[in-house]
Formats: sequence, structure tokens, C-alpha cells
Amino acid sequence: MKTLVTRREILKGSLAVGAGLTVGFTLPPRGRAQTPGVFAPNQWLRIDRDGIVTVTNSVPEMGQGSLTTTPMIIADELDAKLESVKVEQAPANPALYKNPVTGAQSYGGSRGVRDHLEMWRKAAASAREMLKQAAANEWGVPVESVETEEGAVIHRPTGRRLRYGQLVDKAQALPVPPNPKLKTPDQFRYIGKAVKRRDTPDKVTGRGIYGIDVQVPGMLIGSVERCPVFGGKVQSFDATAAKAIKGVKDVVQVSNGVAVVADSFWTAVQGRRALKVTWDEGPTAQVSSAMITREYEAASKQPGQVARNDGDAEKVLAAGGKVHEAIYQVPYLEHACMEPMNATAQVSRESCVIWAPTQNPGGTQATAARITGLPPEKVIVNTTLLGGGFGRRGEVDFIVDAVETAKAVGAPVKVMWTREDDITHGFYRPATYNVFRAALGANGMPEAWATRIVGPGILIQKGRAQAGTIDPAAVEAVRNMPYDIANLRIEWNNKDLGIPLGFWRSVGPSQNGFIIESFIDELAHAAGKDPFEYRRALLGKSPRHKAILELVANRAGWGSSLPAGRARGIAVVFSYGSYAATVAEVSVAPDGAVKVHRLVCGIDPGLAVNPDAVKAQMEGGAVYALTAAYYGQITIDRGRVQQSNFHDYQMLRINEMPVVEVHILDSGEAPGGLGEPGVPSVAPAVTNAIFVATGKRIRKLPIDRSELKRA
Amino acid sequence: MISFTVNGKQRQVDVPAEMPLLWVIRESLNLTGTKYGCGIAVCGACTVHVDGTAVRSCVTPASAVAGRKVTTIEGLSEKGDHPVQRAWTEVDVPQCGYCQSGQIMSAAALLARKPTPTDADIDDGMSGNICRCGTYQRIRAAVHRAAAIKKAGAS
Repeated sequence: MKTLVTRREILKGSLAVGAGLTVGFTLPPRGRAQTPGVFAPNQWLRIDRDGIVTVTNSVPEMGQGSLTTTPMIIADELDAKLESVKVEQAPANPALYKNPVTGAQSYGGSRGVRDHLEMWRKAAASAREMLKQAAANEWGVPVESVETEEGAVIHRPTGRRLRYGQLVDKAQALPVPPNPKLKTPDQFRYIGKAVKRRDTPDKVTGRGIYGIDVQVPGMLIGSVERCPVFGGKVQSFDATAAKAIKGVKDVVQVSNGVAVVADSFWTAVQGRRALKVTWDEGPTAQVSSAMITREYEAASKQPGQVARNDGDAEKVLAAGGKVHEAIYQVPYLEHACMEPMNATAQVSRESCVIWAPTQNPGGTQATAARITGLPPEKVIVNTTLLGGGFGRRGEVDFIVDAVETAKAVGAPVKVMWTREDDITHGFYRPATYNVFRAALGANGMPEAWATRIVGPGILIQKGRAQAGTIDPAAVEAVRNMPYDIANLRIEWNNKDLGIPLGFWRSVGPSQNGFIIESFIDELAHAAGKDPFEYRRALLGKSPRHKAILELVANRAGWGSSLPAGRARGIAVVFSYGSYAATVAEVSVAPDGAVKVHRLVCGIDPGLAVNPDAVKAQMEGGAVYALTAAYYGQITIDRGRVQQSNFHDYQMLRINEMPVVEVHILDSGEAPGGLGEPGVPSVAPAVTNAIFVATGKRIRKLPIDRSELKRA
Repeated sequence: MISFTVNGKQRQVDVPAEMPLLWVIRESLNLTGTKYGCGIAVCGACTVHVDGTAVRSCVTPASAVAGRKVTTIEGLSEKGDHPVQRAWTEVDVPQCGYCQSGQIMSAAALLARKPTPTDADIDDGMSGNICRCGTYQRIRAAVHRAAAIKKAGAS
């Protein structure tokens, strides 16, 4: 029964992994008006008389490769030549382009492929069946006797052949089959093959248009001075000096502060510096990092809500045997997308047009409709390329800036943030404080395990989970931890001190993978056992965790000798429908400097649509995780973020880059996510290796090198 | 008025002398391939060449380039086929791509100085450029590949 519970917990914990792909699926209605000479069986693809296939990609391109993967999937099932497929970015129109699982036209949670794969395949397969039927009708032969090959329908017995372009008018008149037959995996032409990214040429020549590059005739540039304290409001402001600067066109109050509108960004920033704003800083001005830690520590001594309770962990822990205890802490983190937040808006009485690098076209449309009072269909959203997303661009604060400013000044405005705005006004990965206790049996294996997590809940803070309940994001990867332990208790104590929270690449598992995989490692060492074998022995009911763990151990040469001074660490974490594991090879210099030489990463994503894109996501996830482990820390003083730019909120650079090897385990299971699952297992693999190298257990991130100093 | 050469063309701009070159390029000349990342010369997204040397345009005042030759990503090659661009395409380096103009301009300047860079040379020449998507491993491979392409083209 426990396996069933665990499975259910997994489904809940990760917001319904894969659910909806096969349940209640219906092909959406025809998306566009019938245009002569264009075969458009649904909103996802159309074919013109020249045989050009145009695919509408609803998933914003934020680096994950959706401009390549979406056409791959559709071309494969349509049996079209990938080179003849064009791709365009979907407008905001949730009725047509919503994610079929979440119901929102908003993209996070590594949902690009896994939530859409089946729908897109069906959409393309329907089109293919209609083209076959059209050709069969033309030739007067049974549809069963015709087949397709790369953009054409053929009738082998007679050698007849019609290109898709020749069939569009006839196909368009046919009914859309509701349950088309899909290819079997052995028939895939593109899915599963490494395909080159389509956006590379634009990205190596500077031609790609990101939000920050948008230009609209008559456009002005705005920049918003915000209260340094979260939640603070404008009390009053004096714009006299700002308006005296040549090039400053207007100064207007908006919800997020005071917007200076000018003929250039640089001038707008000069204008901001000349503003005199009196802020009502509000209650958050009392909050600092030291106070947050104190509050967390106090809360950690109080019982939390019980997220999972197998057996009776407290009874075993109180039985008088040795209890292994540890406290783990992680900090707030900012996303630091390379492209600072920005958006462009043009508002009139009749319509609102937005250009934005957004993960959330649907939310952008709804937000602009609310601000302008226009119906949503009068809000046109153009999603540009995103210079990084990582969860930050699912928020709509920068959209609010642009729409309010453009509305106030009566001209198109591009509102741009400085890097300092970006670091100090983000939506942060929660800081948490975690208490662990475990009792080991005579065989060294855990008989009881208790974890109490203290920290805020992202979903609760955003009103997306009910206050007083357990926030699924806060306990994800802990509540559904894979190790088979008879007495297991997981508690969560909600402690929210008002720092804005957001979804940071891999969200809950970003910190929970670290704490679980560190503590299990502690227990293995306490038991005098090999950390890989120890985990393996506890993964009897989690075969996919076990398989990916074994894969990385094998590829990393676990147990083989290493150059002097190097040590290995291992970790495995499930998130967003995929199983990932890492082996890190690390050395620590006498001055405490950590060097990661090699990361052997493994992922079982069920199905790897574009293996090279999978590798890229894993490489990127590793760097994102390593950056946080080395440097990532947002601290608060009097309600203000103390970091401001890349000099004090540092990023990993090329000279610190380890060799990253990626191994893909194509298990053939339901497709899992890829953008996030590469992150959670990396930091614990590294800190577990540091323990082997130095005997020092890292229980607080980022890694404090001064604690690793020898001599 | 400040006069300078951008991508081989003589340009005149009427901007304050202290306005950073980045904003002159992006907003006065509408060359948006050069990106803003930090404004304090620590991320490299704004890298351009001034008389062949890689500089951070976000902290270079417009007055400092008067009479000089500026090359941006748009002017690195006519057809996007500079050895660095070809190598970047072969290796499929970019993810989000936002930092890549700066990465490519740094790499091109590095190769001009060191036609056969070692890994240490790459660390040295490229560590001023941040990539948040983590494409460093591919950048390293692509710089080596670009060196090979350049050499093959020269022989």
C-alpha cells in the first residue's frame, strides 16, 4: 500500500506529473477561419499550396529549444520534411493555445514537451489522415492502400503520388478525425534524433529579437524607480530635477513606483537618479536575514503540519538509541536572467499591444485587460525571444510597469529594468531551515527518519494554495522522497516574513533535493557504508531512481581510484516527471577553494525528443545549481536586498566550469520535464564529495570556503 | 556630435559625451545585437571591438570612441560566417542566446590575439562573459573549433 501512497504523493507533490495527457483528451476545435488554399485542420499547423507547413509554437523560447522541438514533433507525426516546416510563436489566446494539463497559457514546471507531446502528435496525425483521405478520394482507392512519405501521399500499387501542397483544398473540406492513429516509436523520423536548433543562426548574428530589442514607431523608454523595501509605496515625489534633464519626457506614478519616461534608457536612468521620492516603507522594513533565521529557528522547535507519516518515527526516535541529528539551511536566491526584465506596450481606447519576453502570455493578456479595462481579445501579446526565464518570467510585474506607463503617457513605451532593479526586486527562491533526525538499526540502515521543514510557501503566498494547508512546492522532493524507511515523518512549518517568492528553476526540489541527499549521505557515512550502495539498498520500491543512480555510478567509475586529493559524491532526485542523478568529482585546496572537476549527470526523462537539447538542458541545469552552491545568496537588511549586481551576486564563469557528461536513459515511460530536473542532484553530489575530501559536512548553502580552509 | 566608424560605416551621433557606447549603438544606431546585462562591465553581454580590441561598451563613454573603429556583432562578418560564428553554429552553443553576441565578440578578439588558444587562454579570454544558461562547455569546444576553422581557411 505504501507504494500507492507514495505514487499519489508524487502526483500531488509535483502538481500532477503527466496527468491529463491521456485522460479526457479531446482535440481542440479548428483554430482559424477557413482560408482558401490553406489546409488548417487545427490551431497547431497549416499547409499551403506550396506544401509549406507552418507550425504554431505555444511554448515561449527561453533557451530550452521549443522553436526546434515543437516543429520536430509535428513534422514527425505529419510525415513532413522538417526543412519545409516553418514555426511561428503563438499569440496570447488561451482558448486555443492553453497548456492542456494546466489549462493556462503559461509555461513553467518543465512542461513544454511533456504536457503537449500527445496533443501535438494527434493534431499532426489528424492532418496526415485527412491528406491521405483526400488523395485516396482523388484516386478512387481505399484509404488503407495509401501511405505517406516526407510531404507526399503515395499509392504504391500504381506508383501515384501527390504532394501535400496539391491536396490542401481537398483535405480542408474533410472532417477532422477525432482519434487518428499515431506512429509507433520505430516509425519516428525526428523524435529521438539529435536535431540542430533552428534559432542558432539568429543568435550568433545578433538578429534574434528579445524583448529589450523591440522597437515601435514613436516609442519612448521608461524606467521605474521602486521602493527599496518590499511592499513599500510612494508617499510623495518631486520630479522637478528629473524633468529638467534633456530627453526626459514625462514622470508618472505607477503601482510599482515612479516611472521616468525619456528618449533613451540612459536618460531615463539619469532621470530616476534625479527624482526625490518619499517612500512609505511599510512593515517589511523591519525584516532582516538575521531576524528571519531567528524566526525559523524558533519555529523549528514547534510541531509543523504533517505532510507524511509512515509508521511511528517519533516512537522509534524516542526509544533511547543513538539519534543522528542535523540542521540544513538554504538562502533566498534570485533568478538573474541575463536579459533584465522589460516589456513594451502600446495602449489606445480600442486595443493594447504588448511585446514581451514572457513565460506567461495568458497572464500578460489578462493583466493588461485588467489595467486597461479592455476585453482580453483586444489585448494582443507578442512573445519575443526570452533572454532566460528560469521561472522569473512567469511573473507579470514588468508587464504591469509597461502597460501602466504606456497608458499614462499616451505613447508606446518600453519599460526596462536595470540589473540592480532585477536583483533587488525579484521573486526569490525561499530560504528554508530544516531539522533532521534519524535512528539507525543494528545493520546501519535507517529505522526512523524525521524532517521538519521551516520556510514560506510560494503557492500560498501567491494565493494559489490555501493558507493553512501544506504548500505542495515547499515539501516537494521531501514528502515523496524515494527511500524505503518504515518510520518516516515529514512536517512543514509555514513561516513567511513577506519576502516575495517565486518559482526558481526546479523550485522546491532545488533545496529539498540538497537536504535529503545530504542527510542520507550523512547516514551512510555514519553507518560506515558506501553512499551509493546505501542508497541503492533503500531504493527497492523506486526502480527508476535506482536505475539512474546505477547508470551515473557506472559511468563515473564509482569506487575506482582517483587522482590524489579528489573525491566523489553522489545524489539522485526526482522532479518534474524525470529522474536525475549526479556523480561529482571534487577537490578542495588548502585555502578552502572548491574545484569541481567533473560532473557525470544522468537523466531518465521517459522519452528524449531531441537528445542534444536534453544534454544542453542538463549542462545548463548543472551550471545553475553549481552557481547557487558556490555563490548564491540573497540577504535582507531592513527589508532591502543587500546584493545588487553580478559583482556581489556572482555567477559561475567559464574558468570554474567542470567537465559535464550527460547520459540519457530512454526508459520509454511517459515523457518527463527537462528544464529543471538537471538542477536538484548537483549541489548535494558536490557537497557529498566535499565531505569525502575534507571530512567537513556542508549543511548550509552557499558553500563557505573559509570553513574548508586547512592549516 | 561624435563621429566614429561602426561596422565600416562612418556615423555621427548627437548624444551626451558621457553616454555609454552601448546605448549609442542600441538606441541611436538601432543595432540591437549588442546586449545590456549589468552596466558595470562584469558580465560581458555588451562586448564590442574598438580598433580590434574587445571592450565593454556599457562603461565606455561615447566620447572615448570618437574617430575610432567600432565593430558590433552585426559587423563581425557580412554573412554570419566568421569562423567563430560557424563554430558556434556547428556546436549549437546558444540556449537563450542573450549573452552570445558578447561571447562571440570576446572569442573573436581572443582568436585574433591567440590563434591556437589553450584551455587556460580560453579561461583567461572568456571569463569576463557570463552565460546564465550554462553553455560554457560548448563555448570552450566552439572556441577550439573556431581556431581550427580559421587555420584551415588560412592555409
